[in-house]
Amino acid sequence: MLRLQCRQAARLLSEGMDRPLAATERWPLQFHLLACRNCRNYEKQIDFLRRAVRGYGAHGLEEPPA
Amino acid sequence: MRVPPDGPWSAYDPPSMVDQEVIAALRPELLRFARLQLRDAAAAEDAVQEALLAALRNTGQYQGRAQVRAWVFGILRHKIVDLIRQQHRSVNASALGAEGEEAEGALDALFDSSGHWTLSGRPQGWNDPDAALHQKDFWDVFDACLNHLPENTARVFMMREFLEFETPEVCRELGITANHCHVILHRARLALRQCLERGWFGPGAREAAC
Repeated sequence: MLRLQCRQAARLLSEGMDRPLAATERWPLQFHLLACRNCRNYEKQIDFLRRAVRGYGAHGLEEPPA
Repeated sequence: MRVPPDGPWSAYDPPSMVDQEVIAALRPELLRFARLQLRDAAAAEDAVQEALLAALRNTGQYQGRAQVRAWVFGILRHKIVDLIRQQHRSVNASALGAEGEEAEGALDALFDSSGHWTLSGRPQGWNDPDAALHQKDFWDVFDACLNHLPENTARVFMMREFLEFETPEVCRELGITANHCHVILHRARLALRQCLERGWFGPGAREAAC
């Protein structure tokens, strides 16, 4: 099994947001994420980026929606 | 923007002065976004005008400032998507190249020679990031981070994430390879994430609690 470095894992995490990953990419990535908190953080944060941008036009909310 | 007394909406409830002002105040921001995506000042101007007019015709539906903003941006987004699809234009490929070289340097600082995150580059844990989406100060930081991206990088990123083009369409519209597309999006995410951590989520980023 190919051991990924963080640099490669980060690249795959980003690509996974734009195209389906192949099984040969997905498994080494999941394996890496099990052991790497930094990359787990990165995964969560780029997911958050997507949510933030999708809500970009709506910002200006004065308070949380009901 | 002033409403003529016998304007085109005499058949509708005319927009209140407050609505007019709120909508007109969005214009600079809408223009900036449209210019970034369309790169044609005249087309951007037209798209923004249409969005503002459409918004003014529908002011009866608004329940607050946030709704106005979301509505107007939504209209603008649709117009921009239509325009981009109608007119195929290439991004300035040499500008992308130059931006790329600069970005590679910045990326190098994030990973060491064995491919691990560096101490200064590694993503830290963020505490409840979605709560930040309800805070105006956060969006000021977010805007600043977007503006800090190189122009063509920002354009590709917003085309993908805000206009929600599928990746093959982004690449096709801009006349770049799929790999190049992925590289640009990857760089954009790395840069934005780091900027948000430095400016908001990281320890010491905010002096006082809201």
